[in-house]
Amino acid sequence: MDQLILFVKQLINGIQVGSIYALVALGYTMVYGIVKLINFAHGDFIMVGAYVTLATVPFLITCGLPAWACILVAVVICALLGVTTERVAYKPLRNSPRISALITAIGVSLFLQNAFALAFSPEPQAIQTIFRLNAVNIGEIQVAGVTLLTIVLSVVIMLLLQLFVKKTKMGKAMRAVSEDSAAAQLMGINVNTTISVTFAIGSALAAVAAVMYCAIYPQVDPYMGSLLGLKAFIAAVLGGIGVIPGAMLGGFVIGIAESMTKAYISSQLADAVVFGILIIVLLVKPTGILGKNVGEKV
Amino acid sequence: MKKILAAAMAMVMALSLFTACSKNEDTVKIGILAPLTGNVSVYGIASKNGTVMGIDEINAKGGILGKQITTAIQDEKGDVAEAVTAYDKLVSDKIVALIGDVTSNPSVAVAERAAKDGMPMLTPTGTTADITKKGPNVFRTCFMDPFQGQVMATFAADNLKVKTAAIIVNNSDDYSKGLAKSFKETCEAKGIQVVIEEAYGATDKMFETQLTKINALNPDVLYVPDYYNTIALIATQARQIGFTGPMLGGDGWDGVLGVLTEDNKSVVDNCYFSNHYSPENTDERLANFRKSYQEKYGEEPNAFAALGYDSAYIMAMAIEKAGSTDKAAIVEALKGLEYDGITGHITFDDNGDPIKEAFITKLENGGATLAAKVSL
Repeated sequence: MDQLILFVKQLINGIQVGSIYALVALGYTMVYGIVKLINFAHGDFIMVGAYVTLATVPFLITCGLPAWACILVAVVICALLGVTTERVAYKPLRNSPRISALITAIGVSLFLQNAFALAFSPEPQAIQTIFRLNAVNIGEIQVAGVTLLTIVLSVVIMLLLQLFVKKTKMGKAMRAVSEDSAAAQLMGINVNTTISVTFAIGSALAAVAAVMYCAIYPQVDPYMGSLLGLKAFIAAVLGGIGVIPGAMLGGFVIGIAESMTKAYISSQLADAVVFGILIIVLLVKPTGILGKNVGEKV
Repeated sequence: MKKILAAAMAMVMALSLFTACSKNEDTVKIGILAPLTGNVSVYGIASKNGTVMGIDEINAKGGILGKQITTAIQDEKGDVAEAVTAYDKLVSDKIVALIGDVTSNPSVAVAERAAKDGMPMLTPTGTTADITKKGPNVFRTCFMDPFQGQVMATFAADNLKVKTAAIIVNNSDDYSKGLAKSFKETCEAKGIQVVIEEAYGATDKMFETQLTKINALNPDVLYVPDYYNTIALIATQARQIGFTGPMLGGDGWDGVLGVLTEDNKSVVDNCYFSNHYSPENTDERLANFRKSYQEKYGEEPNAFAALGYDSAYIMAMAIEKAGSTDKAAIVEALKGLEYDGITGHITFDDNGDPIKEAFITKLENGGATLAAKVSL
């Protein structure tokens, strides 16, 4: 019985980490699905979101507003950052080979990291409590409120995103641009606006992920995004990059795999197991778990 | 006109050469090597500030060998490769002795170079055992990693009367591993059962899984030897997981209160760490040190500042005793030195390691108090 409770606790730990990965992976996959660009700066958008949180939380508290309102500020600023980055760095390269855009993305990532290190010092800084939630007890198992919120939020956002892409006019436009941007333009779709909206949504997701991350791990530093971004990227690839439910699934698989490896095999092997799973999945099904096995453009 | 100008220029240059020469003879140049930017800059800046303040005081009292001390300061950014390059720069700057480096890994690399040069080297705060093993010319002011583990295990057994302990260690850090190893050994010798030893990597921020595993075994104490940024995260998560017992650590904990927000300081309540110095110690020299440090730098000094300060005095005393700036003579002088500093009474053993006591600091209600002085 004790072993079972321990197992469930470790599972919840895995799902908590996984839901953070999933939130980040959603942004990756969204941008890749529409623009076919792996936005390596996505992890650093999270870092920016975290610094926005760091700056706004004390301000909100002195104004008598709830601390979680920082999520709105972070979403707006990250969305603007995403759109600006796309306009400045990626748009001029839209017709260049894909590798150029990829290298530019890495450049943007390094630029953001170093700019923030210069502006805010590379020292990690502590963030105040964002959510004051009570822990929930299920039998003998206690789950922190923030953990539950993160899990619920990532699932809800995934569903909303899926609805948005499948049901709305803008979603239709996105899918059209993704299939054939030239044809979409001929049909009267404004490609620039569509891509901007894609980046705005992707980056807004990064902001949500940033706030949730800071709520659980209350520390920010300029390099926090790189490892988080990398893990989420693996999650997106694992689930099938470009597929929205795939990002979610990939995030949870990686989170749980990490947690279970640390709990039952060795904490040293966690990364090896995660990458091992990735390699096996890619060997068996190169498009990822939920990826469709049809040509390039879906 | 041109000729006059040329002659004047030549004069100026000759003069500057002359002043440069005379300057070298009038002063004793000591090198200071520390991470002043980067991840561990908090340690580096404090240590450097302490050293500089010590040297300023010595200069105000007339210097050493009848000369003033000048300093050459290099920033190594907390990086091993940078530290070696910075050391080379100091050597070409003609320093007679080195106070540095500050953290363990770069100190080992620098000690290896200093051993080849016969450079008198005194690390104020490098705690890993390997540093002084590199050569007979390498000394340290602080006690070593194994000592801290032994002290904490002794304190846990004798003062806290614990029966079981757990350890969580940063497996990619020599400092963390060194402390964990000696803590474990001493625990076993003292009859404390180490029920579990968990590990994590350098870039990890998520420790829930390991902590859940530890908490399931319900140990009396958890030993967490790491630096304060990671401690802040581990302590926060440990309390969230439901671990309520004391967490113990080494001097890397010093500064942890500064990286926790007001509403989160309670996560390190009921925690103890071994340190080189305790602000609660009522010693007149220590009080003066704290007062002038606060006046000069506008903040409360930490252990790193205190060790840097003591290091400045030790090195100055050794040069004075050597009677010259000859490297071998300074090394000889350091060997037989006895010094009563703000971080305790210090003599050096055959390895160049200090024989001294440790202060145990207790964290509670967002503050620190002196819990005990432990010597082995």
